[in-house]
Amino acid sequence: MADWYTTFANSGFGTTITKQLGLPRPVELRRYEPGEPLLPGAVVVGSAGAGRLRDTVTAVLRDAGVMVQSPVTADGATDGGKLGAVVLDATGLTSPADLTGAHDFLAPAIKRLRASGRVLVLADPPVEAATPAQAAARQAVDGLVRSIGKELLNGSTANALFVPEGAEASLTAPLHFFLSGRSAYVDGQLLTVSAADVPANADDVTPLAGKVAVVTGAARGIGAAIARVLARDGAHVVAVDVPAAGDALAEVANGIGGTALQLDITAADAPQRLVEHLRERHGGVDVVVHNAGITRDKLLVNMDATRWNTVMAVNLQAQLDITQALLDADGLLRDGARVVCVSSQSGIAGNRGQTNYAASKAGVIGMVRAWAPEFASRGATINAVAPGFIVTEMTAKMPFGTREIGSRINSLQQGGLPVDVAETIAWLAQPASAGVNGQTVRVCGQSMLGA
Amino acid sequence: MADSTRRRAAIVGGNRIPFARSNSAYAQASNQDMLTATLDGLVARFGLQGESVGEVVAGAVLKHARDFNLTREAVLGSRLAPTTPAYDVQQACGTGLEAAVLVANKIALGQIESGIAGGVDTTSDAPLAVGDDLRRTLISLNNARTVGDRLKALARIRPGQLVPEIPRNAEPRTGLAMGDHAAITAAEWEIGREEQDELAARSHQRMAAAYDRGFFDDLVTPFLGLARDNNLRPDSSVEKLAKLKPVFGTGEGATMTAGNSTPLTDGASAVLLASDEWARAKGLPVLAHLVDAQTAAVDYVHGGEGLLMAPVYAVPVMLARNGLTLQDFDFYEIHEAFASTVLATMKAWEDEAFCKEKLGLDAPLGAIDRAKLNVNGSSLAAGHPFAATGGRIVASLAKMLHEAGPGKRGLISVCAAGGQGVVAILES
Repeated sequence: MADWYTTFANSGFGTTITKQLGLPRPVELRRYEPGEPLLPGAVVVGSAGAGRLRDTVTAVLRDAGVMVQSPVTADGATDGGKLGAVVLDATGLTSPADLTGAHDFLAPAIKRLRASGRVLVLADPPVEAATPAQAAARQAVDGLVRSIGKELLNGSTANALFVPEGAEASLTAPLHFFLSGRSAYVDGQLLTVSAADVPANADDVTPLAGKVAVVTGAARGIGAAIARVLARDGAHVVAVDVPAAGDALAEVANGIGGTALQLDITAADAPQRLVEHLRERHGGVDVVVHNAGITRDKLLVNMDATRWNTVMAVNLQAQLDITQALLDADGLLRDGARVVCVSSQSGIAGNRGQTNYAASKAGVIGMVRAWAPEFASRGATINAVAPGFIVTEMTAKMPFGTREIGSRINSLQQGGLPVDVAETIAWLAQPASAGVNGQTVRVCGQSMLGA
Repeated sequence: MADSTRRRAAIVGGNRIPFARSNSAYAQASNQDMLTATLDGLVARFGLQGESVGEVVAGAVLKHARDFNLTREAVLGSRLAPTTPAYDVQQACGTGLEAAVLVANKIALGQIESGIAGGVDTTSDAPLAVGDDLRRTLISLNNARTVGDRLKALARIRPGQLVPEIPRNAEPRTGLAMGDHAAITAAEWEIGREEQDELAARSHQRMAAAYDRGFFDDLVTPFLGLARDNNLRPDSSVEKLAKLKPVFGTGEGATMTAGNSTPLTDGASAVLLASDEWARAKGLPVLAHLVDAQTAAVDYVHGGEGLLMAPVYAVPVMLARNGLTLQDFDFYEIHEAFASTVLATMKAWEDEAFCKEKLGLDAPLGAIDRAKLNVNGSSLAAGHPFAATGGRIVASLAKMLHEAGPGKRGLISVCAAGGQGVVAILES
């Protein structure tokens, strides 16, 4: 489902025009379809530094049915063929000199990357370095990956995973995600995984089979997409939205074999009502997606208290209250529960006219970070997802210029789709994602805002 | 005494669309549209997609000829399994409650494990009919075999026959509007204007408060842009209602206004009933059980009884069968066709002579605690799409009883055209 400009830029005439004028050349992104192979081509795995993860990565990828090739050597000899992904194991860097290996491996490999290819760099977390030189080398990965993301063409993405010693077992789900079409619009991101007991997904096609998932704000837009993707992945979805949106909500629930729960999440008794509903109807809950959010834009100097307070109540306080109520409800939040909170690019970059919204969405990021240890102690996780420019009914109403610029100022030169946010959330909701906790994952195509 | 050992049907929950005053939000919606949307909202609430429930029973009072199989057609258009059987019923304003009783009885007998009872009505998309003369002419035209016969048939059409017959809210045997009948009863029982206005204002205020505290969050699903009943006036007051001119009754004694009578309304409702086992297996709640029900009819044509007084007769029969007194209830849901109807009903139960002579009782049934009457508002506030009112009341009362805790009891009383009444007992 490409936008008009992407369609134009990929037509015969459009190709000529956009190339000659140096206009953005977005491509239709590779997106996940159940049952499809993880990658459309082979992976080459190389290393810079000692590289303690190469064997783990190779094994994970082979298990997933991906062909793993040996690295391209400096003299340019290749194993032939286009690559689906390039993975660099940069663990064990001791000083910036080791980074030469990164350059030597990546430069020729990336040339062989096919459209919607993936570059993934694995490194040790910079904060745990033994020496300043080591810290420098590890931090250098940050700038390297972000720059590759900006250089890549044709819908390809570059991301990094920081993997501390002992967190090797946590790697599988992130590797699958970042190489697959699920991460179509996740670009230029640096994620830290942590050591955890990692349960297996129910199966590859329906990783959430048997799970009960709550999605707030599920009547339309991104929330409806989240509900659909969670249901596609096997979950029973309890779709929640305000009573006034109940007809659209019922349609979403009926379309995915879920149930509709009309609830104003800002009502004083909302957390209790949700708890009772889940206990009575399902006996517990495995996945909670705090998606409901509103905007009440106005410059701060002109903003009345109502605008400020309603945005805070829906976007932040309700997430806090409901999560706390679920934690307090004995046994309701099942072991291995996954909570995913929707933040926003505005919460990272700030946005003119959105002081209330940006503050609430930044608050979400702080909230998941603070709650992560408690969740980890239950074998659970809590993470945030921060969408960038996502094409919805809301953006369709924006003025043409604002919309076109907003959707192009990212490395993929296009707006994301609600399903891109949903796929990221569904991945974080998987049992196998136990090693991703307290993180905020941006789904923004490496937006220039707040990067 | 009712058989207390038999299985009782559980009320799992309900759904309705907001009710809309005639020719407003649902002016373009048909009965089938509204009933289908209502079923789909129920399906979404309880996760019944693709489910084959035992039976769907619903009806409409005002019905087009094409809607001969209205409920089944609505089921086929809904997310329920197409293998769900359905049939239509019609007992005027008692349709919705009667449908619930029918479903409950089959569940109690073990003939079905689950069922949906509902009702729908529109006075906006009303069925217009041609007069009998024109209808006969058109039928002979249809039957004519030769051109000559056809021309002969056509020649019988007169301009005067082209005026359609519009359905009227009037009794065929008396020609009186229901409101006129109610006005006679109001005068007989000396029901004052002020108490009617008080009842009406309270209905609006209570229903608005119930909406505000989220009581209807799991009972109503928006439809065509409407999220609340558009007849509802949260700021209604006795003072405002006192300004309205009477529309029923005549002269000094006329007390019934558009404010203390229900308006013509469009809407639909549905209730999910089941055996306890079915509900448990699906992880669905049991809000209450339908304990017993009773219908009655009065001779309003020649017998001198008020058109809407049948529930007054039905209730004592049901109470006796269940060994209960009128005071043994935690909630009373008396359908507010007119404020005066509710007041006359209660006055009759308190009247010693009436209870003795008409109801054949030794003593009056007595007064009921007004604080327990229509606590979340009723038809004066919500409006009254004839066949949909029963489902509205059953689902709301079941929820109230559930919230109040186990062992609570509620009485439903619905009056209906044709001098009929349907009453029922729910228990949590």
